Amino acid sequence: MQHGKYRFIVGFLALPLIIYGIFVISPFIQAFQISLTDWSGLVGSSKFVGLDNFERLWDSDDFWNALRHNVYMLALVPVVTLGMGLFFAFMLNVGGKQKKNEVVTGVTGSKIYKFVFFFPQVISITIVAVIWFNIYNPDPNDGMLNSLLGAVGLDNLQNAWLGEKSIALWCISAVMVWGHVGFYVVLFSAAMASIPRDIYEAALLDGANRFHTFFKITLPLLWDTVQTGWVYMGIIALDAFALVQIMSVNMGGPDGATDVMPLRLYQTAFRDSQFGYASAMGIAMLIVTMTFALLTMRFARRERIEY
Amino acid sequence: MGSTSAHNNGGLGRRDVIKRSAALGLIAVPTMGFLSACATGGGGDNDKKTDAPKGETSAENPLGVKNGAPLEAFIFKGGLGDQYAKDAEADYKTKYKAEVKHTGTQQVGPKLTPRFAGGNPPDVIDNSGADHLDMNKLSGQGQLQDLKALLDAPSMDDPTKKIRDVIHPSTLDKGMHGDKFDVLYYAFTIYGTWYSQKLLDDKGWAYPKTLDEMVTLCGEIKKAGLAPWTYAGKFPYYVHFNLFGQIAKIGGMESWIAIDNLEPNAWTSNDAVKQVAEHYEELAAKKYFLAGSQGLTHIQSQTAWTKGNAVFIPNGSWVENEAAPTTPKDFGMSVGALFDGSGDKMPSGTLRGEPSEPYIVSANGKNPTGGMELLRIMLSKKHAQNFATKVKSLTCVQDATEGMTLSPGLASASKAVKAAGPNLISLQLQEWYPALTDEKIGGLTGQLLTGDLKAADWIKKTQAEADKVAKDSSVTKFKRTS
Repeated sequence: MQHGKYRFIVGFLALPLIIYGIFVISPFIQAFQISLTDWSGLVGSSKFVGLDNFERLWDSDDFWNALRHNVYMLALVPVVTLGMGLFFAFMLNVGGKQKKNEVVTGVTGSKIYKFVFFFPQVISITIVAVIWFNIYNPDPNDGMLNSLLGAVGLDNLQNAWLGEKSIALWCISAVMVWGHVGFYVVLFSAAMASIPRDIYEAALLDGANRFHTFFKITLPLLWDTVQTGWVYMGIIALDAFALVQIMSVNMGGPDGATDVMPLRLYQTAFRDSQFGYASAMGIAMLIVTMTFALLTMRFARRERIEY
Repeated sequence: MGSTSAHNNGGLGRRDVIKRSAALGLIAVPTMGFLSACATGGGGDNDKKTDAPKGETSAENPLGVKNGAPLEAFIFKGGLGDQYAKDAEADYKTKYKAEVKHTGTQQVGPKLTPRFAGGNPPDVIDNSGADHLDMNKLSGQGQLQDLKALLDAPSMDDPTKKIRDVIHPSTLDKGMHGDKFDVLYYAFTIYGTWYSQKLLDDKGWAYPKTLDEMVTLCGEIKKAGLAPWTYAGKFPYYVHFNLFGQIAKIGGMESWIAIDNLEPNAWTSNDAVKQVAEHYEELAAKKYFLAGSQGLTHIQSQTAWTKGNAVFIPNGSWVENEAAPTTPKDFGMSVGALFDGSGDKMPSGTLRGEPSEPYIVSANGKNPTGGMELLRIMLSKKHAQNFATKVKSLTCVQDATEGMTLSPGLASASKAVKAAGPNLISLQLQEWYPALTDEKIGGLTGQLLTGDLKAADWIKKTQAEADKVAKDSSVTKFKRTS
C-alpha cells in the first residue's frame, strides 16, 4: 500500500498547490522583482535600478517613523488585547460564584456578554473606523466621547483626540483593541471549555482562589492558544492600515504621528506613483512580519502540558 | 482526555501554529500581491497604439468623432458631484449615437492605476480629489493626449471663435506640462476667506481689510462668544488655500515663483512668509480657532461654520455646493479677498482664483477624439451655465454666467473676481508637489495652528521639506517663469 502513497497525495494536492503558487507565491516573487526597478505603475515598462530602492528606504526618515509606530503598537496592543480577552474569558467561564450543582461557572449573564463582546468582530473594519472617527469628533456637542465627558462633568478631559499629536496613535490603538477583544474572548472561552472540570474541582478543594486557578491552571493549559493569538494580533498591529487610513488626520498625522508602514506603502504607490519603491517597502514589511513571527515562536516555546 | 492540546476546539498544535503564522505573514502584506498583479496585468504597449476610431470632419464635427464609437468617462465625484458631466455625456450620446460608460468615484488613482498600467485607460478622466493620479508622471510617460486639437477647434456657440479664445487665459498656462497642453482645468475656483454676510451684518462687523484688522475683529468675535475661525484639521492643506495666497499677495508673484520652483531659501528669505506665518501664530496663541478644529473633517468644519459656531473658514468656491445641505437659506455666503500686510507687492483686492478640476484625455484610450469632443461639449455656454446652476461654481469659459441669476456664494465670488481685475493669483506648488504641500507642510501647518509650532520653526522646517523634494531625483520637477 505504501508505494502508491506519494502519488496519491500529489494527486490530491496538485491543484491547490498550483493555485497557491500562482496567486500567493508568484506575486511575492514578482514584488521582489519589481522592487529592483523604478516602475511607476502607470506604464508597462520600467528600468532596472538594483538595490537603489532599498537604499532609499534605509535612509528614509518617513519609513522609520512609520515602522516605529508599528513597533509601539506591536509592543502594546497584543498585550492589552490578549490580557483583556483572557480576563473576560476567565470571568465568563470559571469566574462565577459557586452554585449548588456546578463547581465551575461563569458570571451571571455570561452568554449575553459573549455575544456583546463578539459583536465588533462581525462588522467590517471600515465601519468600525468610521464609527470611532465620529465618536472621537472633537465637537463638544456632536462628538460622542466629548459630550459624554461633558455630561458627567469631566469637561477638562475633553480633547481633540485624533487631532492631538500626543494621543492620536493611542486613540487608534484603542479602537484596534476594542475591535479584537471579542474574538479572543470567544477563542479563549472555547479553549477553556475543554479544560477538564475535575482539575478545577481539585484545585478548589485544595483551597485555591480565582487568582491561583487562573495563573496555575488556566493560563498554562491555554498556552498554545495564547501563542497563536499573540502572533495573529502582532500581525494586526504591524498592519493597522485601514484604521489609520480612515481615522487619522492628514493621512498618518497630525504631523506624521500615526503613520504606519502599510499607509506609507499605499501613499508611495498610489499618490506618488512609485510602485518600485513601494514594492521595496512591501519586502521590508514582509521581513519585519516574518521576523516577528519567528521570534515569537522561538521564545514563547514552553513544555506542552498534557492532560 | 485528549493527548495534546491540538485536539482542543480551535486550539492548534505547535506545528500548525508555525504553518499558520507563515501564512498570516503572507496575508499581512496583501498590497504587495496587488502591486504585482498590476505588473502582469497588461504590458506597456506604448509603441503599438491601436488605431483610434476616426470619423469624417465637418463643421458640426470638427474633431472627426466616429459615430457609434463608445466612450468611457471617469469622473471625480466630490464637492461638485458628477451630474454636470452626465448631462454633457447625454448630449454626446444623442449627437453621436454612441454608448457612453460613466463612472463617478472618489478614488480616481487607486481605480485607474492598474488600468493605465494595463494599457486600457478610460477616455476622459476628471483627475481630482485626494486620491488623484500623478499627472506629472502621466504626462512624462506619454499617457496624456495633447489637447492642441481641442484648443484649435471652434467653439460650439460661435464657430468663428476657437476654444482657446473662449476660455480663461490662465487655463492655458496651468494645463501645460513643458510645452504640451494636456490638462484642461474645467472649473475656475476662487480661494479665500469665506463667511456669512448676514452674521457680519447682524453683529455690525465689517470684513477686515488687513491682517491686523482681522486680529482685532477676532478679539471682538471671541468676546461675543463665537469662535473667529475654524478649519479642516483632518486636511490641514485647506488652510494653505489662504496661507499660500496671502504669502504671494504680500511678497509678490516673483518670490512665490521661487517657491513653486523649489529654489533654495525661497521660504526663509521671503519676508512675506514671516509676516503670514506670524499672523497664524498669533491667531493660534490667542485661541482664535474653534476648539477641536484640528480633528475635524472638511465637512464637519463647514457644518460648524454654517451653524454659526465659527465666523471664518479658509475654503474654495466649491464650498457653497458642498455645504448646501446644512446652509441656512439667508446665510449670505460670501468670499473675501486676501488681506493687506505691510509693504505689499500686490494691491488690495488681490484674489487667489485659478483653474481647477483637471480633465485629461488618455492618449492610449480607445477613443481620444471622442474624449476631446466631450470636453468641447462641456465648454459650450449651455454646459458652462448648467455647471454654474448645478454646482454653484464658475467654469473656465469666460463670461458664461453673464446675465444669469447666481447663487449668493457664486455671485460673491464672481464679484470678487471682477474687483480683482488682473490681480488674480495662481499657484502651482500643490499641483506639482502634492506630497510636499499636503502631507509635509500640511503636517507643519496643523501644528502651527494648534500652537505646537512657532512661526520661525514652521518656516525652517518648511524650507527643509522643500529642499528635500528639490534633491529627490524620483520626483519630476517643473519650472514656471510667470
